[in-house]
Amino acid sequence: MSEHPSDLRYTKEHEWVRVGDDGTATVGITFFAQDQLGDVVYLVLPKVGSTIERDSKMGEVESVKSISDLFVPVSGEVLEINKDAIDHPERINEAPHDAGWLIKVKLSDETELEKLLSSDEYDQIIAS
Amino acid sequence: MNDAFPHSYFPHTETQRAEMLAVVGVGSVDELFADIPERFRNPHFNLPPALTELELGNELGALAKKNAVPGEYASFLGAGVYRHFIPSVVSAMISRGEFLTSYTPYQPEVSQGTLQATYEFQSLICELTGMEAANAGMYDGASAMAEAGLMACRITDRDSVVVLDTVNPRYRAVMDTYLLPQGITINTVALGDLAVNEETACILAQYPNFYGGIESLGDLADTAHQVGALLSVSANPVALGMFKAPGDFGADIVSGETQPVGVSMSFGGPFVGYFTCKDEYIRQMPGRIVGRTVDHEDRIGYVLTLQTREQHIRRERATSNICTSEALIATGTAVCLAALGPGGLRQMANLSYQKAHYAAGVIGEVTGYEVVNGGTWFHEFVVKCPQSPKETTKKLLERNIIGGLDVSDSVPNGMLFCATEMNTKAEIDALADALGQIAKGS
Repeated sequence: MSEHPSDLRYTKEHEWVRVGDDGTATVGITFFAQDQLGDVVYLVLPKVGSTIERDSKMGEVESVKSISDLFVPVSGEVLEINKDAIDHPERINEAPHDAGWLIKVKLSDETELEKLLSSDEYDQIIAS
Repeated sequence: MNDAFPHSYFPHTETQRAEMLAVVGVGSVDELFADIPERFRNPHFNLPPALTELELGNELGALAKKNAVPGEYASFLGAGVYRHFIPSVVSAMISRGEFLTSYTPYQPEVSQGTLQATYEFQSLICELTGMEAANAGMYDGASAMAEAGLMACRITDRDSVVVLDTVNPRYRAVMDTYLLPQGITINTVALGDLAVNEETACILAQYPNFYGGIESLGDLADTAHQVGALLSVSANPVALGMFKAPGDFGADIVSGETQPVGVSMSFGGPFVGYFTCKDEYIRQMPGRIVGRTVDHEDRIGYVLTLQTREQHIRRERATSNICTSEALIATGTAVCLAALGPGGLRQMANLSYQKAHYAAGVIGEVTGYEVVNGGTWFHEFVVKCPQSPKETTKKLLERNIIGGLDVSDSVPNGMLFCATEMNTKAEIDALADALGQIAKGS
């Protein structure tokens, strides 16, 4: 059974997006990503209020093994960052799709959502 | 030499060479190097006939005698490289094979002794600078200061730095080399014209500065922090034996050259830079960091920590791809600091301070000479001479004295003198006498 909930949208770069009712989206990294990284020890996230462009680098996630860049899945303005996850990076391993979320974005182009993957499509990519 | 062993130092016989050529499938050594254009293969060097080992020893010895060696000459030259007392335990320790022949290991945890020595170095440097985190060392003080500029730009996400014009000009040249190609703007300013803004990543200052002066680090820290910039200080570790630590003034990055502590002058190297920062910036710090931890049986062990920032893992996105450590030299500094202890270092600093101030006093009384330094200064001072520094240097050397550095490009007829605990009162008095004679034309 997939670890990746069907109500989320995904990217090839292993981020997930949860679309809210109010034109906002929550972004995190997938169960698969955190499982590959191992214990997450440090996070660098964009500044609240900054504008981020789809596919550009928005931060870093550091595990005991490596540092990976975080890429923007959907363009917009950063409304909020997960301060709890910055102080407790283990949240990302414990609950990657919930308490381990990274940022909340006010979408600037809702059509970008159509370019994201379904959970089935994402599972196929990581299985191949 | 005989047919079986045609050369004194190369062990291969002709038979063995033929066997090797047959294995790789070429007919001759020339054929082996066929890819190298023929004109580069055996260039002709216009050299005299080879000397025997005995003749060569005599020749090199005669050349070495042409050097003016501090100790045989009274030396008042500083300007970044200093003559200080080095306890004999330093060379005894770093000559041990375990330290001398080892390299920073790629599987570091097998070399606990090397890691522990580096950890002690880091701990001593932190204590001395008043900072929270130190790395395993850098190539030298100049490259450490340049890396501090790069690091401040990474932390602040800005690309402009302000450098005081009292920073060692050689250090500033190295900063140009490191920073300019990365598109970073360097504003070099006098302390009185210091201006920072929201684009400034950091202020870079030296403590004491190149001319010996002590600048107010507290004011510089306030100025930097008001616009969200950092203060980076390059500090002489001996001076920290008596002057307040940069960390206690709020400096964000403190780097420097540890040569004054336990490293001989050696014509300018090898030396070792040190590098420290506040804990919050440790992930942006270049170089390697040794950490102390415990294993599953609670035994103390040393590890390389935060390696994910380093070039062997992070490739082109590493915090630095151009830094190197000088582990053996750093060990020498650690041994020296441990041997001197806080009291010994303070005494070394105080003697240097007192002797330099005595020297400035007696030189200032010689007709024609003027000491430029005002305010608080450590063990270096600038003197305006009645004749060119070049001429003064030549005439001092005739009297077995190595004079100060020519700084006439910034102070007319200026010479930068230095005194340390190694200079005797008799040497200093002889220097003042000699300067008096030179001023009178003799």
